[in-house]
Amino acid sequence: MLKYFIKRLVALVAIIIAISIGSFFMIQLLPGDLATSILGVANTPANKRELYARLGLDKGLVQQYLTWMGHVLQGDLGKSYITGESINTSIGKSLPIDLEIIFLSQIVAFACAIPLAMKAARKPNGLFDRLSNGLTFGLLSVPSFIIVVYLVLIIAIKAQIPGTGPGSFTRWPEWAWLFTDTGMFFTTVGHNLTSMVIPTLALSIGSFVVYFRVLRSDLIATLQEEFITMARSKGLSSRRIMWRHAFRPSSVALLGTAGINIGGLIAGGFVVQYLLAIPGLGGLLIASITLQDYLVIQSTVFVVAVAVIVINFTVDFITTLVDPRIARD
Amino acid sequence: MTNTETPMIPNEIVVEHPEKREPIGLFTWICVGWLAINLGVALLTPFLPIANPKEMISMPSMGMSLDHLMGTDSLGRDLFARVAWGSRISLGVGLGAMAIGFGIGGPLGMLAAFRRGKLDVALSSVMFTLLAFPSIIAIISILSMWWPRSLAKIILVVGISSVPLVYRVIRAATLSAGSKEYITAARVLGAKDRRIVFRELLPNVAPTGLSFLLFGVATVIALEGVLAFLGLSIDPNTAPSWGNLINDARQSLNDTPQNWPLIIFPSAILCLFILALNFVGDRLRSYFDVTEVKL
Repeated sequence: MLKYFIKRLVALVAIIIAISIGSFFMIQLLPGDLATSILGVANTPANKRELYARLGLDKGLVQQYLTWMGHVLQGDLGKSYITGESINTSIGKSLPIDLEIIFLSQIVAFACAIPLAMKAARKPNGLFDRLSNGLTFGLLSVPSFIIVVYLVLIIAIKAQIPGTGPGSFTRWPEWAWLFTDTGMFFTTVGHNLTSMVIPTLALSIGSFVVYFRVLRSDLIATLQEEFITMARSKGLSSRRIMWRHAFRPSSVALLGTAGINIGGLIAGGFVVQYLLAIPGLGGLLIASITLQDYLVIQSTVFVVAVAVIVINFTVDFITTLVDPRIARD
Repeated sequence: MTNTETPMIPNEIVVEHPEKREPIGLFTWICVGWLAINLGVALLTPFLPIANPKEMISMPSMGMSLDHLMGTDSLGRDLFARVAWGSRISLGVGLGAMAIGFGIGGPLGMLAAFRRGKLDVALSSVMFTLLAFPSIIAIISILSMWWPRSLAKIILVVGISSVPLVYRVIRAATLSAGSKEYITAARVLGAKDRRIVFRELLPNVAPTGLSFLLFGVATVIALEGVLAFLGLSIDPNTAPSWGNLINDARQSLNDTPQNWPLIIFPSAILCLFILALNFVGDRLRSYFDVTEVKL
C-alpha cells in the first residue's frame, strides 16, 4: 500500500510540473501584445524595451519560466503587471468564496441524494424509482448556466427576494466581529448566506443528480449480493440493512464520483460566479482575462489546476483507505 | 455496473441472446426523431422559407403568432428564424469539435492499445497529464486572447481540448476488445495487422465510440453556451448560436419581462437536444454492452 502511494505521489509531482509548464507556455504562445495592454498609447519601442527589462521579459523563455517557478515554490505568485496587486492577496480573497459555495452546495447535494437514492433502490423499477430516475436523467441535460438564469428569473426577479440577485454578493464577516460586534456579525452572515442561495442551488442541482444516479445504481447492485441475503435471513431490520450493510460498500463509488465532481465544480462554477458577479476565482480569472493581465491569468490557472488535481488525489487516497483492494492492481 | 469477472456459479454458462436485449423503446425513437429534425433544420435552413435572422422585420418583443411562431426579440427579429439559424452554429460547433477530437484521439487511442509497449506508455503519459488539466480553463483563456473570434477557432480549440478524453475512451475500448478470443483466433489464422484493426477491432470499438460521440456533442453544445455567456463565442449580431440567444434573452428580459418565449424556446430546444443525445447515447451503450448486469 505504501508503495502504491509513493507511486501516486511521484505521478502527482510530475503532473504538477507538467501543469506549471503548460500554464506558462499557454500564455506565452498566445497572440496578443503585453506591452500594448500595459502601456496603451505609450507603447513606443523604447518604453517597451524598458518595461520588458523591468519585468524580466527580455530573458529567454526557459529562464523566465525558471524564475517564475522559483518564486512560486517559495510561495510567491508574483504581482499583477497592471494593478500591481500581489497575486497571493487576490487569490487569498477569492478562494474562500469558491470553497464556501462548494461546501454549501455539496452539503445540499448529499443531504438530498443519499436518502432519495436509498428510497429508490429499495424497490428498483417501482414507481418512485422510475419517477426519480427519469427526473434526474432530465435534469442531467440542463446545463448549469441555464439553471442559474432560471433561478435568477424565479427567485430574484419574480419572487423579488432581496439580496439574492446578481451583484448582491456579501462577504463572510471578519471573525473578530463575533466578539466586538456580535449583532453585526450575524447580520452579515445572514446577508452572506442569502447571497449564496442561488449559486448554492445552481451547483447543488448538478451534483445531486450525479450522486443520486451513482448511489442508486450501486445500491441496487449491492443489494443483490449474498451478504445482504444473509443479513435479511438473520432478521435484521430493513433500515439497518440499508445503512450498515448496503450504504457502506456503495459509498466508495459515491466518494470517487464526488472527487471528480468537486474538482470540476471549481472550474465549472465560473459561469455561475460570472452571472452573479461573485468575486471568486472564476471572477478573478475572467476579470484578468478582460484586462489581459497575463501573470494573474497564468498564476490563477496554475493554482486552480493544482487544486483540482490535489482534490482528486486526496479523494483517491481516502477511497483507497476505505477500500484497500484498489491499491493491489 | 459492469461485471467483467466470470460468474462464480458453476454448471451455468451465461449466454447473451440478442433477442433477450431490452427492446429499443418508443422514447428512444422519439429522441432519434428529434435529433433528425434538428439536424434536418440545421442543414436545410438556407433553403427553407425562414425569415432572415438578422433583419428587423417586425415590432420588437411581439408575442407568438402565425407570422412569428416564437415571437420576435427586442430588436424585432424573428425568433424562430434565429433559433433555426442558431442550430447551424450550435450543431456545427458540436459536430466539428468532435470530428477533430475523434479524428486525432481515435486513431491514437487505437494505435496505443494495439501496439502497446513503449508507444502506449509515451502516448498515455502525455494524454493522461493533459487530462488532469481542467480543460474549461484552457479553453476560456485561449479563446479570450485569440482575436478575432471565429467559428473555426472555437471548433479548433474545443476539438483539440477533447482529444485526451477521446483517446482514453477509445484506448480503453480497444484494449477490452483486443483481449477477446476472436482477436487471438484471427491472429492464429494469420490475419495481418491491417485486417485485425479494420475488420476485427474497429467494428467492436465503434459502438462505444458512437455513444461517446453523442455525449461529446451534447457536452460541446452546452460548453458553447458557457462561452456565449462569457462573450467568448461568435458575435451574436452576425450569426447567433443557441447559447447567444439564451444570453440575449437573459439580458433583454430585465426590460421586457412579459416576453418569456424569448428565453423559453432557445433554452428548451437546447436542453431537449442535449437530453435526446444523452438518452440515445445511453441506450446505445447499454444495447451493445453485453457485460452489463441486467436487472
